[in-house]
Amino acid sequence: MTRKIQLECLRYNPETDAEPVYRTYEVPFTDDMSVLQGLQYIKDHLDGSLTFRWSCRMAICGSCGAMLNGEPSLSCENFLRDYYPGPLRVEPLNNFPIMRDLAIDQSDFLRKLESVKPWLMPAADPGKEPHRQTPAQLADYYQYSQCINCLLCYAACPQYGLNESFTGPAALALLHRYNADSRDGGAGERMKLVNAEEGVWGCTLVSYCSEVCPKGVDPARAVNQNKVNSTKDYFLRFLAR
Amino acid sequence: MIKTYRRPVTGAWWQHNPFYRWYMLRELSCVFITAYALILLVGLYRLTQGAQAFEGWTAALGAPVALAFHAVALVLVIYHSWTWFKVMPKTLPFVPVPDRGIVALGVSATLIASVVLWILVL
Amino acid sequence: MDPRPLKRSNKPIFWSLFGAGGMLAALIGPALIFITGFAAPLHYVDVSYERVHAFAAHGLGKIVIVAVIGLFLFHGLHRMYHGVHDFGIHVGPAMKAAFHGVALAGTLIAAALVLALR
Repeated sequence: MTRKIQLECLRYNPETDAEPVYRTYEVPFTDDMSVLQGLQYIKDHLDGSLTFRWSCRMAICGSCGAMLNGEPSLSCENFLRDYYPGPLRVEPLNNFPIMRDLAIDQSDFLRKLESVKPWLMPAADPGKEPHRQTPAQLADYYQYSQCINCLLCYAACPQYGLNESFTGPAALALLHRYNADSRDGGAGERMKLVNAEEGVWGCTLVSYCSEVCPKGVDPARAVNQNKVNSTKDYFLRFLAR
Repeated sequence: MIKTYRRPVTGAWWQHNPFYRWYMLRELSCVFITAYALILLVGLYRLTQGAQAFEGWTAALGAPVALAFHAVALVLVIYHSWTWFKVMPKTLPFVPVPDRGIVALGVSATLIASVVLWILVL
Repeated sequence: MDPRPLKRSNKPIFWSLFGAGGMLAALIGPALIFITGFAAPLHYVDVSYERVHAFAAHGLGKIVIVAVIGLFLFHGLHRMYHGVHDFGIHVGPAMKAAFHGVALAGTLIAAALVLALR
Protein backbone atom coordinates (compact mmCIF):
# COMPACT_ATOMS: atom_id res chain seq x y z
CA MET A 1 0.00 0.00 0.00
CA THR A 2 1.66 3.22 -1.14
CA ARG A 3 0.91 6.42 0.72
CA LYS A 4 1.98 9.93 -0.28
CA ILE A 5 3.79 12.57 1.71
CA GLN A 6 4.64 16.18 0.88
CA LEU A 7 8.28 17.20 1.14
CA GLU A 8 8.84 20.97 1.39
CA CYS A 9 12.39 21.41 0.23
CA LEU A 10 14.50 24.52 0.45
CA ARG A 11 15.80 25.40 -2.98
CA TYR A 12 18.62 27.81 -3.71
CA ASN A 13 20.47 28.23 -6.97
CA PRO A 14 23.43 30.58 -6.49
CA GLU A 15 23.45 31.46 -10.17
CA THR A 16 19.85 32.61 -10.37
CA ASP A 17 18.45 33.18 -6.87
CA ALA A 18 18.85 36.14 -4.54
CA GLU A 19 17.48 34.04 -1.69
CA PRO A 20 16.15 30.55 -1.01
CA VAL A 21 12.57 29.51 -1.74
CA TYR A 22 10.59 26.42 -0.79
CA ARG A 23 9.19 23.92 -3.29
CA THR A 24 6.78 21.18 -2.34
CA TYR A 25 6.97 17.74 -3.88
CA GLU A 26 4.51 14.90 -3.43
CA VAL A 27 6.38 11.66 -2.85
CA PRO A 28 4.74 8.22 -2.87
CA PHE A 29 6.43 6.02 -0.28
CA THR A 30 6.48 2.62 1.30
CA ASP A 31 7.25 2.04 4.95
CA ASP A 32 10.85 1.02 4.32
CA MET A 33 11.81 4.28 2.56
CA SER A 34 14.19 6.72 4.19
CA VAL A 35 13.97 10.49 3.73
CA LEU A 36 17.07 10.13 1.54
CA GLN A 37 15.16 7.78 -0.72
CA GLY A 38 12.37 10.35 -0.81
CA LEU A 39 14.87 12.97 -2.02
CA GLN A 40 16.19 10.52 -4.59
CA TYR A 41 12.63 9.92 -5.81
CA ILE A 42 12.23 13.67 -6.31
CA LYS A 43 15.50 13.87 -8.20
CA ASP A 44 14.74 10.82 -10.35
CA HIS A 45 11.10 11.53 -11.16
CA LEU A 46 10.00 15.05 -10.24
CA ASP A 47 12.85 17.55 -10.35
CA GLY A 48 16.31 16.53 -11.49
CA SER A 49 17.82 19.81 -10.32
CA LEU A 50 17.41 19.04 -6.61
CA THR A 51 20.91 18.92 -5.14
CA PHE A 52 21.89 17.03 -1.99
CA ARG A 53 24.85 15.05 -0.67
CA TRP A 54 24.69 11.35 0.12
CA SER A 55 26.83 8.26 -0.11
CA CYS A 56 26.70 5.23 2.16
CA ARG A 57 22.95 5.17 2.99
CA MET A 58 23.87 3.67 6.39
CA ALA A 59 24.88 6.51 8.75
CA ILE A 60 28.62 6.06 8.49
CA CYS A 61 29.80 8.49 5.82
CA GLY A 62 28.29 11.63 7.36
CA SER A 63 27.24 13.15 4.01
CA CYS A 64 23.45 13.37 4.19
CA GLY A 65 22.85 15.73 7.13
CA ALA A 66 19.81 18.01 6.83
CA MET A 67 17.23 19.81 8.98
CA LEU A 68 14.13 17.59 9.05
CA ASN A 69 11.25 19.63 10.52
CA GLY A 70 13.83 21.81 12.18
CA GLU A 71 15.88 19.01 13.74
CA PRO A 72 19.40 18.18 12.56
CA SER A 73 19.17 14.61 11.23
CA LEU A 74 20.76 12.16 8.81
CA SER A 75 18.28 11.72 5.97
CA CYS A 76 19.41 8.11 5.39
CA GLU A 77 18.44 6.91 8.86
CA ASN A 78 15.13 8.72 9.22
CA PHE A 79 12.04 7.27 7.61
CA LEU A 80 9.22 8.92 5.69
CA ARG A 81 6.66 6.82 7.56
CA ASP A 82 7.60 8.64 10.79
CA TYR A 83 6.78 12.04 9.30
CA TYR A 84 3.46 10.96 7.79
CA PRO A 85 1.04 12.66 7.16
CA GLY A 86 3.55 15.49 6.83
CA PRO A 87 4.39 17.87 5.27
CA LEU A 88 8.06 17.25 6.02
CA ARG A 89 10.22 20.33 5.80
CA VAL A 90 13.71 19.54 4.48
CA GLU A 91 16.35 22.25 4.79
CA PRO A 92 20.14 22.38 4.70
CA LEU A 93 21.97 22.14 8.03
CA ASN A 94 21.68 25.31 10.12
CA ASN A 95 24.63 27.58 10.81
CA PHE A 96 26.42 26.91 7.53
CA PRO A 97 26.36 28.94 4.32
CA ILE A 98 24.21 27.28 1.66
CA MET A 99 26.02 26.43 -1.55
CA ARG A 100 23.06 25.01 -3.41
CA ASP A 101 19.72 23.53 -2.29
CA LEU A 102 20.58 21.16 0.57
CA ALA A 103 24.36 21.28 0.11
CA ILE A 104 26.22 23.46 2.61
CA ASP A 105 29.71 24.92 2.64
CA GLN A 106 31.68 22.98 5.27
CA SER A 107 34.92 24.94 4.85
CA ASP A 108 34.73 26.52 8.28
CA PHE A 109 34.45 23.12 9.92
CA LEU A 110 37.43 21.83 7.95
CA ARG A 111 39.50 24.76 9.22
CA LYS A 112 38.35 24.07 12.79
CA LEU A 113 39.22 20.40 12.39
CA GLU A 114 42.71 21.21 11.21
CA SER A 115 43.18 23.61 14.11
CA VAL A 116 42.78 20.89 16.77
CA LYS A 117 45.66 18.83 15.31
CA PRO A 118 43.56 15.68 14.92
CA TRP A 119 46.47 13.23 14.59
CA LEU A 120 48.47 11.11 16.94
CA MET A 121 51.54 12.83 18.36
CA PRO A 122 53.19 9.79 19.96
CA ALA A 123 54.14 10.23 23.59
CA ALA A 124 57.00 7.81 23.22
CA ASP A 125 58.63 6.08 20.30
CA PRO A 126 57.74 2.38 20.62
CA GLY A 127 60.69 1.50 18.41
CA LYS A 128 60.05 -1.69 16.47
CA GLU A 129 57.12 -2.65 18.69
CA PRO A 130 53.57 -1.62 17.85
CA HIS A 131 51.83 0.81 20.23
CA ARG A 132 50.13 -1.32 22.85
CA GLN A 133 46.85 -0.38 24.42
CA THR A 134 44.63 -2.18 26.90
CA PRO A 135 40.86 -2.39 26.40
CA ALA A 136 40.47 0.05 29.31
CA GLN A 137 42.76 2.55 27.59
CA LEU A 138 40.75 2.15 24.41
CA ALA A 139 37.53 2.75 26.33
CA ASP A 140 38.89 6.13 27.48
CA TYR A 141 38.57 7.63 24.01
CA TYR A 142 36.58 5.14 21.93
CA GLN A 143 33.25 6.99 21.83
CA TYR A 144 34.96 10.19 20.65
CA SER A 145 36.61 8.31 17.80
CA GLN A 146 33.19 7.43 16.39
CA CYS A 147 32.63 10.90 14.93
CA ILE A 148 31.67 10.77 11.24
CA ASN A 149 31.98 14.53 10.72
CA CYS A 150 28.32 14.76 9.74
CA LEU A 151 28.03 18.28 11.24
CA LEU A 152 24.63 17.70 12.87
CA CYS A 153 26.20 18.97 16.11
CA TYR A 154 27.21 22.26 14.49
CA ALA A 155 23.69 22.71 13.19
CA ALA A 156 22.45 22.01 16.71
CA CYS A 157 24.84 24.32 18.53
CA PRO A 158 23.36 27.79 19.11
CA GLN A 159 26.72 29.11 20.32
CA TYR A 160 28.23 28.24 16.93
CA GLY A 161 25.22 29.83 15.28
CA LEU A 162 25.68 33.04 17.25
CA ASN A 163 29.46 33.15 16.93
CA GLU A 164 31.23 31.40 14.09
CA SER A 165 34.63 31.68 15.72
CA PHE A 166 33.66 28.96 18.25
CA THR A 167 35.64 25.81 17.45
CA GLY A 168 32.49 23.77 17.92
CA PRO A 169 31.41 20.34 19.18
CA ALA A 170 32.87 17.84 16.69
CA ALA A 171 36.30 19.48 16.43
CA LEU A 172 36.57 19.71 20.23
CA ALA A 173 35.38 16.12 20.61
CA LEU A 174 38.12 15.03 18.21
CA LEU A 175 40.64 17.13 20.10
CA HIS A 176 39.63 15.24 23.23
CA ARG A 177 39.78 11.94 21.34
CA TYR A 178 43.50 12.45 20.83
CA ASN A 179 44.22 13.92 24.25
CA ALA A 180 42.51 10.94 25.87
CA ASP A 181 44.41 8.39 23.76
CA SER A 182 47.14 6.77 25.84
CA ARG A 183 49.45 6.71 22.80
CA ASP A 184 49.24 10.47 22.35
CA GLY A 185 51.52 13.06 23.94
CA GLY A 186 50.15 16.17 22.24
CA ALA A 187 47.78 17.52 24.91
CA GLY A 188 50.19 20.32 25.73
CA GLU A 189 50.18 21.52 22.14
CA ARG A 190 46.42 21.44 21.99
CA MET A 191 45.94 23.33 25.28
CA LYS A 192 46.39 26.71 23.67
CA LEU A 193 43.21 26.18 21.67
CA VAL A 194 41.36 24.56 24.59
CA ASN A 195 42.10 27.54 26.84
CA ALA A 196 40.95 30.17 24.37
CA GLU A 197 37.51 31.75 24.24
CA GLU A 198 37.11 30.01 20.87
CA GLY A 199 37.99 26.73 22.55
CA VAL A 200 35.95 25.13 25.30
CA TRP A 201 34.86 28.43 26.81
CA GLY A 202 32.47 29.17 23.99
CA CYS A 203 30.24 26.34 25.22
CA THR A 204 27.30 26.95 27.58
CA LEU A 205 26.28 23.29 27.88
CA VAL A 206 23.11 23.49 25.85
CA SER A 207 24.06 19.88 24.97
CA TYR A 208 21.73 19.66 22.00
CA CYS A 209 24.84 18.51 20.12
CA SER A 210 24.96 15.29 22.12
CA GLU A 211 21.22 14.89 21.68
CA VAL A 212 21.42 14.90 17.87
CA CYS A 213 24.68 13.02 17.37
CA PRO A 214 23.89 9.85 15.37
CA LYS A 215 26.96 7.99 16.67
CA GLY A 216 26.78 8.58 20.42
CA VAL A 217 29.97 10.63 20.49
CA ASP A 218 28.61 12.94 23.22
CA PRO A 219 30.58 16.05 22.21
CA ALA A 220 29.09 18.00 25.13
CA ARG A 221 30.96 15.69 27.47
CA ALA A 222 34.22 16.02 25.53
CA VAL A 223 34.03 19.81 25.63
CA ASN A 224 33.08 20.05 29.29
CA GLN A 225 35.68 17.60 30.57
CA ASN A 226 38.13 20.05 29.13
CA LYS A 227 36.65 22.99 31.04
CA VAL A 228 38.01 21.30 34.16
CA ASN A 229 41.34 20.63 32.45
CA SER A 230 41.51 24.21 31.26
CA THR A 231 40.70 25.52 34.74
CA LYS A 232 43.42 23.35 36.27
CA ASP A 233 45.83 24.60 33.63
CA TYR A 234 44.84 28.20 34.38
CA PHE A 235 45.41 28.02 38.13
CA LEU A 236 48.25 25.53 38.29
CA ARG A 237 50.38 26.83 35.42
CA PHE A 238 52.60 28.76 37.81
CA LEU A 239 53.44 25.59 39.70
CA ALA A 240 54.15 23.18 36.86
CA ARG A 241 57.49 24.55 35.72
CA MET B 1 33.42 31.27 -6.23
CA ILE B 2 29.88 30.23 -5.48
CA LYS B 3 27.67 32.94 -4.05
CA THR B 4 26.70 31.11 -0.86
CA TYR B 5 23.63 32.19 1.10
CA ARG B 6 23.88 32.72 4.85
CA ARG B 7 20.61 32.38 6.72
CA PRO B 8 20.58 35.05 9.44
CA VAL B 9 20.71 33.88 13.08
CA THR B 10 18.54 36.16 15.21
CA GLY B 11 17.98 36.36 18.95
CA ALA B 12 14.82 34.30 18.38
CA TRP B 13 16.71 31.10 17.46
CA TRP B 14 15.52 29.33 20.61
CA GLN B 15 11.81 29.74 19.95
CA HIS B 16 11.56 27.09 17.27
CA ASN B 17 12.61 23.97 19.12
CA PRO B 18 11.37 22.59 22.48
CA PHE B 19 14.91 21.53 23.44
CA TYR B 20 16.09 25.10 23.10
CA ARG B 21 13.09 26.48 25.01
CA TRP B 22 13.86 24.26 28.01
CA TYR B 23 17.48 25.45 27.83
CA MET B 24 16.37 29.09 27.98
CA LEU B 25 14.10 28.30 30.94
CA ARG B 26 17.10 26.81 32.71
CA GLU B 27 19.08 29.94 31.97
CA LEU B 28 16.18 32.14 33.13
CA SER B 29 16.40 30.60 36.60
CA CYS B 30 19.54 32.67 37.14
CA VAL B 31 17.55 35.93 37.08
CA PHE B 32 15.52 34.73 40.04
CA ILE B 33 18.55 33.39 41.87
CA THR B 34 20.22 36.79 41.48
CA ALA B 35 17.10 38.63 42.63
CA TYR B 36 16.78 36.29 45.61
CA ALA B 37 20.39 36.91 46.65
CA LEU B 38 19.72 40.66 46.46
CA ILE B 39 16.62 40.23 48.62
CA LEU B 40 18.79 38.44 51.19
CA LEU B 41 21.32 41.27 50.95
CA VAL B 42 18.59 43.79 51.72
CA GLY B 43 17.53 41.62 54.66
CA LEU B 44 21.10 41.62 55.93
CA TYR B 45 21.18 45.39 55.68
CA ARG B 46 17.91 45.69 57.59
CA LEU B 47 19.38 43.37 60.22
CA THR B 48 22.22 45.80 60.83
CA GLN B 49 19.72 48.62 61.20
CA GLY B 50 18.00 47.03 64.19
CA ALA B 51 14.94 45.05 65.24
CA GLN B 52 12.30 47.32 63.79
CA ALA B 53 13.95 47.55 60.37
CA PHE B 54 14.48 43.79 60.22
CA GLU B 55 10.94 43.03 61.25
CA GLY B 56 9.80 45.36 58.48
CA TRP B 57 11.73 43.22 56.00
CA THR B 58 10.19 39.94 57.23
CA ALA B 59 6.71 41.56 57.14
CA ALA B 60 7.29 42.69 53.54
CA LEU B 61 8.07 39.08 52.62
CA GLY B 62 4.45 38.32 53.43
CA ALA B 63 3.06 40.68 50.79
CA PRO B 64 1.27 38.94 47.87
CA VAL B 65 3.84 40.16 45.32
CA ALA B 66 6.67 38.78 47.48
CA LEU B 67 4.94 35.43 47.86
CA ALA B 68 4.33 35.29 44.12
CA PHE B 69 7.98 36.08 43.39
CA HIS B 70 9.20 33.40 45.76
CA ALA B 71 6.75 30.88 44.31
CA VAL B 72 8.20 31.39 40.84
CA ALA B 73 11.73 31.47 42.24
CA LEU B 74 11.14 28.20 44.08
CA VAL B 75 9.92 26.42 40.94
CA LEU B 76 12.83 27.75 38.90
CA VAL B 77 15.51 26.95 41.49
CA ILE B 78 14.18 23.39 41.71
CA TYR B 79 14.44 23.25 37.91
CA HIS B 80 17.97 24.67 38.19
CA SER B 81 18.84 22.01 40.73
CA TRP B 82 17.48 19.19 38.55
CA THR B 83 19.19 20.39 35.36
CA TRP B 84 22.41 21.08 37.28
CA PHE B 85 22.72 17.48 38.37
CA LYS B 86 21.57 16.16 34.97
CA VAL B 87 24.43 18.03 33.32
CA MET B 88 27.04 17.50 36.01
CA PRO B 89 28.20 14.07 34.78
CA LYS B 90 29.38 15.69 31.55
CA THR B 91 31.64 18.08 33.42
CA LEU B 92 33.19 15.67 35.87
CA PRO B 93 36.45 14.03 34.96
CA PHE B 94 36.11 10.30 34.82
CA VAL B 95 34.49 8.79 37.90
CA PRO B 96 33.56 5.10 38.02
CA VAL B 97 29.88 5.89 38.54
CA PRO B 98 27.30 5.83 35.73
CA ASP B 99 25.64 9.14 34.86
CA ARG B 100 22.34 8.08 36.46
CA GLY B 101 24.23 7.44 39.69
CA ILE B 102 25.67 10.94 39.75
CA VAL B 103 22.24 12.46 39.15
CA ALA B 104 20.79 10.30 41.93
CA LEU B 105 23.60 11.33 44.29
CA GLY B 106 22.99 14.99 43.54
CA VAL B 107 19.25 14.82 44.02
CA SER B 108 19.69 12.82 47.25
CA ALA B 109 22.21 15.35 48.53
CA THR B 110 19.71 18.12 47.87
CA LEU B 111 16.92 16.28 49.69
CA ILE B 112 19.17 15.56 52.66
CA ALA B 113 20.47 19.14 52.75
CA SER B 114 16.90 20.42 52.63
CA VAL B 115 15.82 18.25 55.55
CA VAL B 116 18.89 19.24 57.57
CA LEU B 117 18.34 22.93 56.87
CA TRP B 118 14.67 22.66 57.83
CA ILE B 119 15.53 20.95 61.11
CA LEU B 120 18.15 23.59 61.86
CA VAL B 121 15.71 26.47 61.51
CA LEU B 122 12.76 24.90 63.24
CA MET C 1 46.19 27.29 8.68
CA ASP C 2 44.34 30.04 10.46
CA PRO C 3 46.88 32.60 11.69
CA ARG C 4 44.53 34.19 14.26
CA PRO C 5 46.45 34.48 17.54
CA LEU C 6 44.81 32.56 20.38
CA LYS C 7 44.47 34.34 23.68
CA ARG C 8 44.08 32.47 26.96
CA SER C 9 40.60 33.16 28.25
CA ASN C 10 40.18 34.16 31.89
CA LYS C 11 36.85 32.32 31.97
CA PRO C 12 38.20 29.77 34.50
CA ILE C 13 37.96 32.35 37.29
CA PHE C 14 34.34 33.20 36.60
CA TRP C 15 33.41 29.64 35.75
CA SER C 16 34.76 28.39 39.07
CA LEU C 17 32.69 30.98 40.94
CA PHE C 18 29.70 30.21 38.72
CA GLY C 19 30.14 26.51 39.45
CA ALA C 20 30.48 26.94 43.19
CA GLY C 21 27.41 29.17 43.26
CA GLY C 22 25.46 26.80 41.05
CA MET C 23 26.29 23.82 43.24
CA LEU C 24 25.32 25.72 46.38
CA ALA C 25 22.09 26.94 44.79
CA ALA C 26 21.30 23.43 43.62
CA LEU C 27 21.86 21.90 47.05
CA ILE C 28 20.28 24.48 49.37
CA GLY C 29 18.46 26.90 47.04
CA PRO C 30 15.09 25.15 47.17
CA ALA C 31 15.08 24.79 50.97
CA LEU C 32 16.38 28.30 51.53
CA ILE C 33 13.79 29.92 49.26
CA PHE C 34 11.05 27.90 50.90
CA ILE C 35 12.23 28.95 54.36
CA THR C 36 12.71 32.67 53.77
CA GLY C 37 10.03 33.03 51.13
CA PHE C 38 7.22 31.11 52.79
CA ALA C 39 8.02 29.55 56.17
CA ALA C 40 9.29 32.82 57.64
CA PRO C 41 6.56 35.27 56.56
CA LEU C 42 3.84 32.67 57.25
CA HIS C 43 5.35 32.04 60.70
CA TYR C 44 6.14 28.33 60.35
CA VAL C 45 9.60 29.16 61.69
CA ASP C 46 10.88 31.74 64.14
CA VAL C 47 12.76 34.48 62.33
CA SER C 48 12.69 37.00 65.13
CA TYR C 49 15.35 39.67 65.09
CA GLU C 50 17.03 38.14 68.16
CA ARG C 51 17.37 34.72 66.62
CA VAL C 52 18.65 35.87 63.23
CA HIS C 53 20.95 38.44 64.82
CA ALA C 54 22.48 35.74 67.03
CA PHE C 55 23.19 33.66 63.93
CA ALA C 56 24.70 36.55 62.00
CA ALA C 57 26.84 37.67 64.92
CA HIS C 58 28.44 34.24 65.14
CA GLY C 59 31.64 33.77 63.11
CA LEU C 60 30.26 30.76 61.25
CA GLY C 61 27.02 32.57 60.54
CA LYS C 62 28.94 35.43 58.97
CA ILE C 63 30.78 33.07 56.64
CA VAL C 64 27.56 31.30 55.63
CA ILE C 65 25.75 34.57 54.90
CA VAL C 66 28.54 36.02 52.76
CA ALA C 67 29.05 32.68 50.98
CA VAL C 68 25.38 32.29 50.11
CA ILE C 69 24.85 35.87 48.94
CA GLY C 70 28.21 36.11 47.15
CA LEU C 71 28.13 32.75 45.40
CA PHE C 72 24.46 33.05 44.40
CA LEU C 73 25.28 36.45 42.87
CA PHE C 74 28.34 35.21 41.00
CA HIS C 75 26.37 32.25 39.68
CA GLY C 76 23.31 34.23 38.66
CA LEU C 77 25.10 37.20 37.12
CA HIS C 78 27.58 35.09 35.16
CA ARG C 79 24.71 33.13 33.66
CA MET C 80 22.78 36.35 33.00
CA TYR C 81 25.80 37.73 31.15
CA HIS C 82 25.73 34.63 28.92
CA GLY C 83 21.97 34.90 28.68
CA VAL C 84 22.22 38.36 27.17
CA HIS C 85 24.55 36.92 24.55
CA ASP C 86 22.09 34.06 23.96
CA PHE C 87 19.45 36.62 23.05
CA GLY C 88 21.71 37.74 20.23
CA ILE C 89 22.85 40.93 21.96
CA HIS C 90 26.55 41.61 21.61
CA VAL C 91 28.37 41.50 24.92
CA GLY C 92 31.75 43.18 25.21
CA PRO C 93 34.24 43.72 28.03
CA ALA C 94 32.10 46.54 29.47
CA MET C 95 29.09 44.25 29.93
CA LYS C 96 31.31 41.55 31.38
CA ALA C 97 32.74 44.02 33.90
CA ALA C 98 29.25 45.32 34.74
CA PHE C 99 27.68 41.92 35.44
CA HIS C 100 30.58 40.54 37.43
CA GLY C 101 31.14 43.92 39.06
CA VAL C 102 27.65 43.81 40.54
CA ALA C 103 28.38 40.34 41.90
CA LEU C 104 31.64 41.52 43.42
CA ALA C 105 29.99 44.63 44.88
CA GLY C 106 27.20 42.56 46.39
CA THR C 107 29.72 40.19 47.96
CA LEU C 108 31.79 43.03 49.40
CA ILE C 109 28.72 44.81 50.75
CA ALA C 110 27.56 41.59 52.41
CA ALA C 111 31.01 41.12 53.93
CA ALA C 112 31.09 44.71 55.20
CA LEU C 113 27.61 44.36 56.71
CA VAL C 114 28.32 41.12 58.56
CA LEU C 115 31.56 42.56 59.89
CA ALA C 116 29.61 45.56 61.19
CA LEU C 117 27.30 43.27 63.14
CA ARG C 118 28.25 42.85 66.78
